[in-house]
Amino acid sequence: MRYQTDRARVEGLGSAKQGTGHFWEQRISAIALLFLVPLFVFPFAYNLGDGYEAVRAAYAHPVNAIIAIAFFLTAFLHLFQGVQVVVEDYVHGRAGMVIIIATRLLCTLFALVGVYAVIRISLGA
Amino acid sequence: MVEFALPKNSRIRTGKTWPKPEGAKNVRKFLIYRWTPDDGQNPRVDTYFVDMDTCGPMVLDALIKIKNEIDPTLTFRRSCREGICGSCAMNIDGGNHLACIYGLDEIKGDVKIYPLPHMDVVRDLVPDLTHFYAQHASIMPWLETKTNAPAKEWRQSIEDRKKLDGLYECVMCASCSASCPSYWWNSERYLGPAALLHAYRWIIDSRDEATGERLDDLEDPFKLYRCHTIMNCAQTCPKGLNPAKAIAEIKKKMVQRTI
Repeated sequence: MRYQTDRARVEGLGSAKQGTGHFWEQRISAIALLFLVPLFVFPFAYNLGDGYEAVRAAYAHPVNAIIAIAFFLTAFLHLFQGVQVVVEDYVHGRAGMVIIIATRLLCTLFALVGVYAVIRISLGA
Repeated sequence: MVEFALPKNSRIRTGKTWPKPEGAKNVRKFLIYRWTPDDGQNPRVDTYFVDMDTCGPMVLDALIKIKNEIDPTLTFRRSCREGICGSCAMNIDGGNHLACIYGLDEIKGDVKIYPLPHMDVVRDLVPDLTHFYAQHASIMPWLETKTNAPAKEWRQSIEDRKKLDGLYECVMCASCSASCPSYWWNSERYLGPAALLHAYRWIIDSRDEATGERLDDLEDPFKLYRCHTIMNCAQTCPKGLNPAKAIAEIKKKMVQRTI
């Protein structure tokens, strides 16, 4: 039996005074990915299977390298934000919090791995 | 939390089949959800047969006829019978509608009637709307001003008044909120389409002086941003309103004040 009023339950902990940043960033990153995905995929697929030297030559070009880095950063930010929304929708309480933290750490790791790989190939020996 | 199956005590069983009216030629079958808190039984679906030659054209006419002539224990809310009080919202033929303005001719085959989805049931077709009403109260559904009240009235131009069209008509029947998956999974924290449509109705009112506070109160990942523009609300609204658009307008205002 809970003697809390319905109004008290609705008010809860009050407004978080945030969420707009997340919402807006997700839209901006979606627009960015509209361009970044083809710009990343075409040079990547073009050199697929051509050996290390060909790939190195392609990513030695700053345009390709910067697009690839921008792609990894944007894609993993967008992925994290998307997963966060889904988890907030469907998984509540502690489990939801654990999944969100894990997703955030993994997405950051993957983005860093991607960026490191591009830098290494681009400037590599 | 998402539930993929109904709890054991909510699983719906086949109920009683009531006798067909004698001598009727034009009979229609009604399958209606029944549940009472008194007997500890699971909900059931009762079958009724209604003589359509002596029944009015709307779903509510049939419900009243069943209550009057077949089963007086059938419980539902109704008042105005013309779509303005919002009492008789229920799930008819798979969609949320006001029984009083939903024509029986719009339904093919048997008529299936359930209470509004994912709401606690008080009895039969009567959902518990106390939480829904508290959410409405929380968005301050009144004109909030700081300037001293004028001697006569708060004035509004014809153009500004037009901005309230498509918002003020909401009768708070809860059809939209009860059709929204986001509201199903998060109704404790997500305000839902009805309350947010009302919030926008006061945000956009040219006479209101608390727009900033209203936006402050709504800026929350759960209160507002659970809306993913699924559009069930606009699809189901018996008054033809578009709560999804109102919510999108609130989100636009949120962004507008940050950039």
